[in-house]
This record gives sequence, C-alpha cells and structure tokens, in this order.
Amino acid sequence: MDYVNLFVKSIFIENMIFAYFLGMCSYLAVSKTVKTAVGLGLAVIFVLSITVPINYLLDNYLLKPGAMTWLGAEYAEIDLSFLSFIMFIAVIASMVQLVEMIVEKFAPALYGALGIFLPLIAVNCAILGGSLFMQQKSFASIGESAVYGFGSGIGWLLAILAIAAIREKIAYSNVPAPLRGLGITFIITGLMAIGFMSFMGIKL
Amino acid sequence: MSQPKSNKKPAIFFVAKAREPLFSKKNRALLKDPLDDNNPITVQVLGICSALAITVQLKPAIVMSLSVVAVMAASNVIVSILRNAIPNRIRIIVQLVVVASMVILVDQVLRAFAYDVSKQLSIFIGLIITNCIVMGRLEAFALGNGVWKSFLDGVGNAAGYGFMLILVAFFRELLGSGKLYGYQVIPDALYEMGYENNGLMLLSPMALITLGIIIWVQRARNRKLIEKN
Repeated sequence: MDYVNLFVKSIFIENMIFAYFLGMCSYLAVSKTVKTAVGLGLAVIFVLSITVPINYLLDNYLLKPGAMTWLGAEYAEIDLSFLSFIMFIAVIASMVQLVEMIVEKFAPALYGALGIFLPLIAVNCAILGGSLFMQQKSFASIGESAVYGFGSGIGWLLAILAIAAIREKIAYSNVPAPLRGLGITFIITGLMAIGFMSFMGIKL
Repeated sequence: MSQPKSNKKPAIFFVAKAREPLFSKKNRALLKDPLDDNNPITVQVLGICSALAITVQLKPAIVMSLSVVAVMAASNVIVSILRNAIPNRIRIIVQLVVVASMVILVDQVLRAFAYDVSKQLSIFIGLIITNCIVMGRLEAFALGNGVWKSFLDGVGNAAGYGFMLILVAFFRELLGSGKLYGYQVIPDALYEMGYENNGLMLLSPMALITLGIIIWVQRARNRKLIEKN
C-alpha cells in the first residue's frame, strides 16, 4: 500500500512540473507537437526510473555520513555528502548517453525528431531534481526510490502531453500578438498548475 | 573547417584583442543585451526550471541570483580557458563537471555563511547544475570565445536571469504578503481599511502567470520579440 501511495503522490500531488517547475526548459521547447512530447516524456520516465535507484544506492553506501560502515569500522566517520551533486550528475550523464544509443539504434525516426533534446535530458532539471528529492526524502528502501522515480517520470509525461495537446489547438486561436508562443504557454501552465493543486487535498 | 581558415582566425583575434579596450561597445553589449533584448528567461527560454519555485520572497531570489552569477562567471571562464583542450565528443560531461564543482563551492559557502537561506533554497542550489542557461551559454559562447568576453557573457546572462527572478519575486512578495525583503511595506492603515493580502500569489502557479504577464508587457513594448506563429 505504501508503494501505491508514493506512486500516486509522485504523479499528482508532487508533480515535477506543476508543483516544482522542474524540467521546464525542455517542457516548453519540445511541447509544440504531441508526437515529440510523448517521445521525450518516455525518455524522461526511462532515465528517471533508472537513475533514482542507482543514486539511492550511491547515496546510502558511499556518500551519506556513516554510509561506508560496510567497509569497516574505521570508515564510519567519513562524510562524502558534499560530493553528491557531482556523483549524481555523472550517473545521469552516462545513463543519458546509454538511452541515446538505444533510441538511435531502435527508433531512428524518434531520434531524428528529438534531435538536440535527447542529450539535453542530461541537463533536464527533472532528472537531477528527482535524485536530489530522493536524497532529501531519505526513502527507506531501494524499492521506494524506484517507485518514486517512475511515478515522477509519469507525472512529467502527463504534464508535457497535456500542454502539447493544448498548444496544438491554440495554434488556431487568435491570441494577442505579444502573448503568442511563450507568454500564453506560461499562463496556460499556470492555470493547469492551479488545477493540479486540487490534488493537494488528498490525504494518503 | 579548412586548415587555412583555422590558421587565420587566431591572428585576427589577436589583433582585435590588442586594440579593443576592456569595455568596448561590443563588450558592453555582451553585458547589456541579456537584460532585455536577449533575456535568457523571456527570450531564450532557458533556465526557467529552478527559477520559479524560489520566487515567493525577495531574499531567496536575490541569493539565488548571486549564486547563479558566481557559478556562471566562474564556469564560463574555466571552460573558455579549457576550450581548445576539450575533445568535442565528451564536452558535455566536462562542462557538467566544471559546473558541478562550482555549484558545490557555492553550496558549501552558503551553508557556512547563510544557513537559513540555504535551507530555504533546499535542492534548488544543486539544480543550478542543470540550469539550462549555464549549459546553454557554455555551449553557445564560452566554447568559442576568449576568457574576458566569456566572463562578461556569463555575468550578463546571469544578471538577466537574476533580474527576472527578482522582478517576479518583487510582485509575489509585495502582493502576496505585503512585505519586501521581509519588511512590511504596506501600511497597517490600509489593512484596517479592509485591504487583504492576495494569498494566491504565494502559491507556485502564480509564478508562471506573473512571468507570462511580464513577457506580455515586455513584448508589447519591444515589438521585434513577438513570435510569428
């Protein structure tokens, strides 16, 4: 039951985009059509659900104060947590490289469509944000961190899918000229975020 | 990229550099452009990720802006120094390592000297690493330009980012809690007359809407920024 709670919470209540604005750059840049949005969303789910558990292991067995006790009592004093940024980003960058190679091999059309944004997943704030939130929430087990990563990825996909669908429609509306493009997208995202806030009332 | 071309380029650079004063018109443009015409947030659409969650009050927004200025200036300079030594294929990882080290420095300094603000910013200092402006400017500018120009570009873009951040935070704190930088600015008399703080401004969605309105105002004023479609 805990897992289900965490899953629903990470999708709706703590949605990466609507609650924390993480991954906004690619969210705004790739949401012009639904097709590319889905591709990027799937890539984000994949990378998040791999990197968060890996970083969980790193954090618990290498970086936390006292994490290296398994090596022997004399290592119990070591606190490497200041290195966590650099470790996390290294894991993420190498995972992204892997995803890029897989997509290039098995879905060349998608690879062409995503273009520059695939390598940029490495600098997608949602991915690093997932790992940093994982560290902050201090989950009890690797299973929880995996569920959290997967759920956040789905939440991200949901958000980018919704905005891409809206933007496809809004192309036919008469928006005031200075508001076209970026401005209206921000305001729509804001309104959607207000909508998502209604999930906050759910007690899990 | 033929051989003679790449031989020529440094020579031109050298001559131009020897003549150019430190704050020539071009260099001043590097500092000034990102504040308005080429603002990283409202025009280049970079670095929104970590920008909006911390704009409820002015203080964290200012601290965040200063941190970004420090990180961007330092990492632009370092990457610009290394630009001829970095192999093209692994440049992203090299850049990430440089930026991450700078962010670790800033994070440790904040924890030592401004612990409460550092707690308030929580993971968002760490997220400067993946702030698209930093990577974007490294890719677009520092990899191809000299040290001093890269420094100016870094400071300029970070300042443009910080300006937007502070602007959003200004409106949100003023309208949301009637304070600025933690001090009350709306007089008590007004509250007695029935004025109430707009609690909605404190919620995160309003950051997006505030920014949308800022973009609207900016583009209405500066018509050449209007998007075509």
